[in-house]
Amino acid sequence: MSDDGADAADASSPTDRAYAEWLDALADGDGFAVVCPEGHGSLPPRRVCPECGSPELSREPLDETGTVETYSVVHVPSPRFAADAPYATAVVDFGPTRLTGIVRDGGADDEAPAVEIGDTVAVDVGERATDGERLVVFRPADGEPPTEGE
Amino acid sequence: MTDVRVAGVGLTPFGSHPERSGRDLFGEAALRAFEDAAVDRADVEELNYGNFMGALAEHQGHQAPLMAEAAGVSCPATRYESACASAGVAVREAVRTVAAGDADVVLAGGMERMTNLPTDEVTEGLAIAADDLYEVRAGVTFPGAYALMANAYFDAYGGSREDLAHVASKNHENALPNEYAQYRKEVSVAEAMDAPPVAEPLHLYDACPITDGASALVLVSEEYAAEHDLDASVAVTGTGQGTDRMALGDREHLARTPAADDAADAAYADAGVEAADVDVAEVHDCFTIAEVLALESLGLFEPGEGISAAREGITTADGDLPVNLSGGLKAKGHPVGATGGSQIAELTRLLRGDHPNSEHVPDAEVGVAHNAGGTVASAVVHVLEVAE
Ligand SMILES: [Zn+2]
Repeated sequence: MSDDGADAADASSPTDRAYAEWLDALADGDGFAVVCPEGHGSLPPRRVCPECGSPELSREPLDETGTVETYSVVHVPSPRFAADAPYATAVVDFGPTRLTGIVRDGGADDEAPAVEIGDTVAVDVGERATDGERLVVFRPADGEPPTEGE
Repeated sequence: MTDVRVAGVGLTPFGSHPERSGRDLFGEAALRAFEDAAVDRADVEELNYGNFMGALAEHQGHQAPLMAEAAGVSCPATRYESACASAGVAVREAVRTVAAGDADVVLAGGMERMTNLPTDEVTEGLAIAADDLYEVRAGVTFPGAYALMANAYFDAYGGSREDLAHVASKNHENALPNEYAQYRKEVSVAEAMDAPPVAEPLHLYDACPITDGASALVLVSEEYAAEHDLDASVAVTGTGQGTDRMALGDREHLARTPAADDAADAAYADAGVEAADVDVAEVHDCFTIAEVLALESLGLFEPGEGISAAREGITTADGDLPVNLSGGLKAKGHPVGATGGSQIAELTRLLRGDHPNSEHVPDAEVGVAHNAGGTVASAVVHVLEVAE
C-alpha cells in the first residue's frame, strides 16, 4: 500500500489520496471498507460514518467474493470508456459495503461475460482499455474457467 | 405564511438551438413569463436561477447576474445547482421566500444549453452528476445508472422492456399537441422495442433527448395578486425536498428512490393533501424507468405496481391519472437546468385550462410535480392547486 499518494499524483484526472490508497489495497487483495460501531460500511475518504455520523471508523476486510445485485451492459460510453464499450457495469455486495465496477472474464481478451443478478464474483483492479486508467474489475468466481471470445 | 400564486409562466420551445446563447434562451422564457403574468419587472425582489453544466457547455460560470440582465430585472440573483433538479430547487427556494413573507415577487426558473456540445461530451458532462470516484471511474454513465436501477427493479418486482416501451409511447403521444415539445412524433411500442440499446435494458426510446431550453415562473404572494388584480388562479401549496446517498450502490434499495418519498411526504404535508387527492402529475422521466420509480415514490402506486401503469392505460391521457401530459422529459425534452421550472409551467397551464392537453383533465384541482437530480440523490416535489 502506498502512503505517499504517488498513484494519485500519477493519475491523469483529479483524484483523492485515500481513494488511490484504497485501489492499491484492492489490487493487493486487501480490499477494505470503512466501518462504524453500528456496522455501517462505506468507502474512503471518510471522517465520519455517512449513515450515523460516528467518527469511530475502522478498516474491515471485504468479503472474498460478492453477489451481483444489478448490472447493465453499456453500449454508449463516455469518451473515457470509448474503447471499452460494450462493457458490463455491476453493483456487487461485498459484505460491509457494495462496490461498483466492470465485469470482465479474465480470458485472453478480458471481455465482458454474460452476467446475471445473483452471480458470484471476485474483485480486482484492472485498466481501462481506452487510456490505461485503473478501475474496479469483477471476475467470475463460480469455479468455471473463463470463456474466451464470448 | 402566505399563499404563493403562479402569476405567469414562460418557456422557450425545447429542442436544438446550438446557435443561441443561454442568456438569449432565458431572456425569452422570462419575457414570456412577464407577458403572461402582467407583473411589473421593477417589483421583482429576487431571481432564483437553475443551471447544471453552463461552465462546461458555455464556458460561463456565475450565470445569475447575467440572467438578471437577460430578464431585465435588478435584484439579488443566485444560481442553484442540483444536477437535473437545479430548477426544482430554485423554484422551491422562491416558494419558501414568498411563503415566508420575505418577498412578494420572485422570478424563478432555469436554462440549459447542451446541443452545442458533441454527444460524447454531453454524456461525460451528465456523468458528473454521479460519484466521480466510485461510479464514474467505474464506467457508470447517466443512462447506465438508470439501467442498473431498471434491472434491479425487474429482479425485485418483475416487469419488462415492453412495459417501459409503453411509457415512452404514452409520453410521445402526449407531446403531439404541445407547441414547446422537442419531439412531436408518435413512437409505437414496437418502434421503442426495436431501437438500438444504450445501456441494457434501456434502449434509445427509453432515454430523454439532449435539449436546449429555458423556463421562467413569476411567483407572487396572494396579497400582491389581490392588490394588483392579477389573474393567478393556481397556487403552489406544498413544497418538499429530499436527499439520498450520492452513489446508487450506497442506497438501501437499488430499485427505489427514498429521496423522492421524503420530498413527496413533505410536500403533501405542506399542502395538506394526500396522494389520493392528486388529479394530474408531471414527473421526472429522464428515462422510462424513472417515471415508474417516481409514481411509486409519490405514493400514486405501490412499489412494484408503477411498472404496468402506462400499459394498463391508467396514466395515459384518457386514463384515471394522466402523467406527463406535457410529453415529459422523454418527448418534450430535458434541458437539465430548466426542467424543474418547465414542469411547473406545464402543470400550471394544465390546471388553468390553457394547455393543449387541458381537455384531458377538465376537473383537475390538484397537481404534483416531481423533479430529480442524478439517480435521485436529490428530489424536489411541488403541489399545485386551483385556488380560485
Ligand atoms: Zn454508522
